[in-house]
Amino acid sequence: MKYLHLIRAALMRRKTRTVLTILSVLAAFLLFGLLDGVRVAFNSGGTLAGVDRLVVASRFSIIQSLPESLVNRVAAVPGVKLTTWANWFGGYYREQKNQMIIFAIGPDYFQAYPDYGVTPAMADALATTRTGVLAGKAVADRFGWKTGDKLPIMGSIFPNKSTGETTWTFDIVGVFQAPQAANRALEQQILLNWKYFDEANAYGGGQVGWIVAKVADPKHSAEIAQAIDALSANSDHETKTQTEQEFNLSFARQIGDIGLIVTAIIGAVFFTLMLLTGNTMAQAVRERIPELATLKTIGFTDAQVLALVFGESVLLILIGGLLGLALATLLMPIVTEASGGMIQLPPIGSRSWGMGIALMIAVGAIVGILPAWRAMRLRVVDALAGR
Amino acid sequence: MSALVEIRDLSKAYTRGRQTVEVLHHVTLDINEGDFLALMGPSGSGKTTLLNLIGGLDSPSSGSISVAGTRIDQLGGTALAKWRAAHVGFIFQFYNLLPMLSAQKNVEVPLLLTKLSAAQRRQNAKIALQLVNLADRAAHKPAELSGGQQQRVAIARAIISDPALLVCDEPTGDLDRQSAEEVLGLLQVLNREQGKTIVMVTHDPKAADHASHTLHLEKGSLVESPP
Ligand SMILES: Nc1ncnc2c1ncn2[C@@H]1O[C@H](COP(=O)(O)OP(=O)(O)OP(=O)(O)O)[C@@H](O)[C@H]1O
Ligand SMILES: [Mg+2]
Repeated sequence: MKYLHLIRAALMRRKTRTVLTILSVLAAFLLFGLLDGVRVAFNSGGTLAGVDRLVVASRFSIIQSLPESLVNRVAAVPGVKLTTWANWFGGYYREQKNQMIIFAIGPDYFQAYPDYGVTPAMADALATTRTGVLAGKAVADRFGWKTGDKLPIMGSIFPNKSTGETTWTFDIVGVFQAPQAANRALEQQILLNWKYFDEANAYGGGQVGWIVAKVADPKHSAEIAQAIDALSANSDHETKTQTEQEFNLSFARQIGDIGLIVTAIIGAVFFTLMLLTGNTMAQAVRERIPELATLKTIGFTDAQVLALVFGESVLLILIGGLLGLALATLLMPIVTEASGGMIQLPPIGSRSWGMGIALMIAVGAIVGILPAWRAMRLRVVDALAGR
Repeated sequence: MSALVEIRDLSKAYTRGRQTVEVLHHVTLDINEGDFLALMGPSGSGKTTLLNLIGGLDSPSSGSISVAGTRIDQLGGTALAKWRAAHVGFIFQFYNLLPMLSAQKNVEVPLLLTKLSAAQRRQNAKIALQLVNLADRAAHKPAELSGGQQQRVAIARAIISDPALLVCDEPTGDLDRQSAEEVLGLLQVLNREQGKTIVMVTHDPKAADHASHTLHLEKGSLVESPP
């Protein structure tokens, strides 16, 4: 520890360079922190225990639907307090780039999801208007929609049975606003009556996309999920009951193996970082050869000089890395908040910190080993003579 | 007086590719305890080479050197480093201070290798700086000091662990006359009052006058007087 001021002095020798290096390390570990959050978010579907809403979907594919008749059987499972259901309805508004997030929802949907902030009056208006939809404030504001407007949507999958066309014309009967900032992402959605959707789409009725089951006691969620899946075991529509988070992720997982993508990005970033800082450290040692020779003259052993340079490298990476990870920790909730819950990044846990710190030490060691070796092998008489 | 440094039949050769150049030829020399020896000679005659061997910075090709009874030519790298830390102080032409550290911290550096506490290190360095008359410059960095002042800081650093032997390679080579005199006066005081044995390489006859005697190196061999 008493040698620390020597390391500090070495780092302060070129403040600008040290600061820039620390910043690049910081950026790399900030990215590591955020991406690790993404990776964790995508790999952990969350545990069933403690969750009061369960999503029952096809075990095989999220695009495979379930028979409507299953809803009542799920409702009859002991511990299930309330059931509702929904279907995904793909479509765009005017231009293909305006892809809308549209769900056809069953009755009682808002009882299961108070998060939407849909008032009883709005829910009533929807229920009593066959072609009615409720639009979230975000999407309504974006396109300037108001209650009472007609809303033409081009369906991407489902043609309208009565017109034979893919254009569906809805009536906006309300614009809802999520009360909590964390749920702002819900305001991107458009919700329509499942009953209308079911009758009017050309692909036949009686199908629901997924069923939502609200349980009475979250402590028993795991057992209830098992009981629900048992209902359709060995049928042609076997189900998988999961947390909402996991269900949402299965949509995102359609994009690809996020874990692999994240690992590849982190790998590339750290490869670059190691080349950069490795070069910086090599340069830093080259410049300090007379000083290192002086230390050896005074009686520092080769091993001590090696340790000094090695320590300098590890310390440099640790400073930048810890700052970066701390910043990521601070930013996570802000990203989650700013995205209105669209991006749900988990707080950086002790596992990520542990992994991050291990990574810092590893990078510092890899980057430091060659310059440290060079410093160790330095011959004093040659260095003193400037050879 | 007993010999502090005993050099016997010492040779040093450097190998450059296939060529071997012998820089020192069979040098035999005793340096007594309390001596202030000046080493003179033309450029390339091997003065620095000999001084580095005496200070344990390099190892000879053949022959022996013992300092205070220790055969330093037989010590390995790590043992030699530890021996240097305890027994020799070095003073160079260009001071070789660490540019990022204050005078005080520079003087403390050799003490990092001892068991002294931080407070003791600070205290000893303070005393050493007082000795070289730079107590008021303790907080200055080398760049904020004149050449003569830097060399005095280097002297304080060289004596901080109380070595018996000081080796100086052209300590006044980069100084003006007045600063040189100050530095030489200081070396004289250390030699006379503290009993330091000093070996000083110099090109300057006036500097050599401060020594108790002078030896000349000529193409790697000691000669009695200059040609
Ligand atoms: N590591 C080395 N490899 C090859 N030759 C060397 C090496 N070190 C010294 N020499 C050679 O040894 C000779 C003596 O060098 P040394 O530095 O001892 O001379 P010097 O008397 O101190 O000269 P100066 O007064 O210029 O400092 C020179 O010719 C030098 O080139
Ligand atoms: Mg020389």
